[in-house]
Amino acid sequence: MAFGKAKRKSKMVSYAKWGYIFLIPFVAAFIVFQLYPLFTTFYYSFFEYFKPQVSDTFVGPNFVGLENYKTLFTNSKILVYLKNTVIMWILGFIPQIIISLLFAYWFTNNRLNLKRTGIFKSIIYMPNLIMASAFAMLMFSLFSNSDTGPINSILTMMGFSPIRALDTVGGTWGVVALMNFMMWFGNTTILLMAAMMGLNYSLIEAAEIDGASQLQIFFKITLPLIKPVLIYVLITSLIGGLQMFDVPQILTNGKGSPNNSAMTVIMYLNLNLTSRNYGVAGAISVFMFVICSVFSLIVYYFFSRNSASSSLRKKV
Amino acid sequence: MNQEYIDADEKIDIFLVEADYALKYVNRGVSADVKDLGLTDDDMSQMYEYTKEVMTSTDGKIKGVSWQATPGLFAYRRDIAKEVLGTDEPDKVQEVISDWTKFDETAAKMKDKGYFMLAGYDDSYRTFSNNVSSKWVDDSNAIVIDDAIKQWVDQTKTYTDKGYNNKASLWSDEWAKEQSPEGKTFGFFYSTWGIDFTLLGNSLATAEEDGGKLEKGNGLYGEWAVTYGPQSYFWGGTWICAYSQTDNKEVIAKLMKRLTCDGETAKKITEGTQDFTNNVAAMEELANSDFQSAFLGGQNHLKLFAEVAKNIKMDKTTAYDQGLNESFQGAMKDYFNPDSKDVDTYEKALENFYEKALAKYPDLKKPA
Repeated sequence: MAFGKAKRKSKMVSYAKWGYIFLIPFVAAFIVFQLYPLFTTFYYSFFEYFKPQVSDTFVGPNFVGLENYKTLFTNSKILVYLKNTVIMWILGFIPQIIISLLFAYWFTNNRLNLKRTGIFKSIIYMPNLIMASAFAMLMFSLFSNSDTGPINSILTMMGFSPIRALDTVGGTWGVVALMNFMMWFGNTTILLMAAMMGLNYSLIEAAEIDGASQLQIFFKITLPLIKPVLIYVLITSLIGGLQMFDVPQILTNGKGSPNNSAMTVIMYLNLNLTSRNYGVAGAISVFMFVICSVFSLIVYYFFSRNSASSSLRKKV
Repeated sequence: MNQEYIDADEKIDIFLVEADYALKYVNRGVSADVKDLGLTDDDMSQMYEYTKEVMTSTDGKIKGVSWQATPGLFAYRRDIAKEVLGTDEPDKVQEVISDWTKFDETAAKMKDKGYFMLAGYDDSYRTFSNNVSSKWVDDSNAIVIDDAIKQWVDQTKTYTDKGYNNKASLWSDEWAKEQSPEGKTFGFFYSTWGIDFTLLGNSLATAEEDGGKLEKGNGLYGEWAVTYGPQSYFWGGTWICAYSQTDNKEVIAKLMKRLTCDGETAKKITEGTQDFTNNVAAMEELANSDFQSAFLGGQNHLKLFAEVAKNIKMDKTTAYDQGLNESFQGAMKDYFNPDSKDVDTYEKALENFYEKALAKYPDLKKPA
């Protein structure tokens, strides 16, 4: 027990070093698997570096300056893909945030005092537990073009004519948005519930005593107070949305059809990895990095200009 | 293919390559020369020439062997043939589809009676793409759109606009449904494996696993027949390759010899699964025997396969075929598809194709 003796001798016991020791696994993994690849991504985006289909060896890395970025903006429709990605994200996010706010409000509302909300909370979270690829395959079969496909059978039964949803731009966007909505609204509901349950109930009670209606309480008390969480939900969803890949990839078999309308930026990145084109793929990643940062900053500054606490403080 | 860091025992020994992918492996160090394993020219003498040619590397080594040859035919519904053409005799049906002009005329007749000539967009693709006069990629690494490929685009666009096909994509649910008793499609371009592997299963009213019997009366069993169609072609095929650094050479050589060089095995496979095996002597023997396929209404389809197999050429393949075929079919689908209004010209679809193709293969370039 030499260690114990040494401890007794020193007057100050430093536990700080244990903090650092416990951090080592994370920091090491972070540096090796995240930080280093992050830097090499930036680095190789300035190089020609790929493996031709016919050979065993890579071409490069040869320094080409901004050539990969030039290729990206002249030879590809990267901006169209960005537009598709943003549209599909927004189409999914709007219903997601509305439904989530509504559910979170109902589940935490002391007046309604709903019973057995646990079951509902589990059920709405369930779509997120299915693998995105399996879910996409399921939707692909449901919206099958065949006149006897599941959705088309229902439509025919109700007297409508069958549709070829995945052959149209709107239909494909709609199905992707529907899936993203279904997969993520449960998660968002739970985040918003946590925020709402953390509110000081006396504020709501005070509003009720002052004669505020439920609608007024929701918009004037609850919503401003959970704003930090809303911003968090918005930014995480935005970053996740910009990186949208698995759902449209599987749904359209990697083609982003019709007419590239369901092609997202990351699907295009994936296409470039066919020949392990680390140069152009790096350039796409850097482009996405910039876009994500800009969007996140815009959202952050736009929403936190007059934050919840300061606006309340002004009123008090 | 990252095998260099693995122990000898853990390394793969053997792998299979599909026709579209074959060239990707042939000229690289990953697959072994089959002669190094112990297969002799004599062992391989009965194989169809093209199955050896395609696996021959630029330095003249054969890098893989196959147990099957995959000549393609046109499989059609006898009941529809009788109704529309007045006969279901393969020879008579062949007469009205023996070239593409006649094929189109027959398609119009099918349409008049409420049937589709083909199920969808990609059905005739292989028939055209196997008859190209140039490779997908030329010597200067530029992509080449061959006339035969363009012909496929024109034909499919016409068929889609005129309603000669049912706008299905290959392997989709509605494509499979067209092969079932509910289908309204006259025929399908299918190669050897497709008949037993795909068409048979799709055409039964009661599936085998649900207790359905393989006999006339169960769906379209016995209602199909095959004929040559407008052009000879092949589709698919799988080759056995040995990893170049395998430590089990003897076992692999034994397996290859048994599966791909042995006439008795070849005959057994064909009799058991109706697949067409890679042994000229065995196939000629069965072709001239009274071999019958009950599924094809008693036809000896091996006779036709054996005939087509002799004509197969695989000298226009490249390592890029799989990726380019897939992207081209995908891009053209937007042009055929009447719901995709943004791509209303062939040129727009072609632009989309080039963009995808160059993203996949940065070493290629657009034609000048």
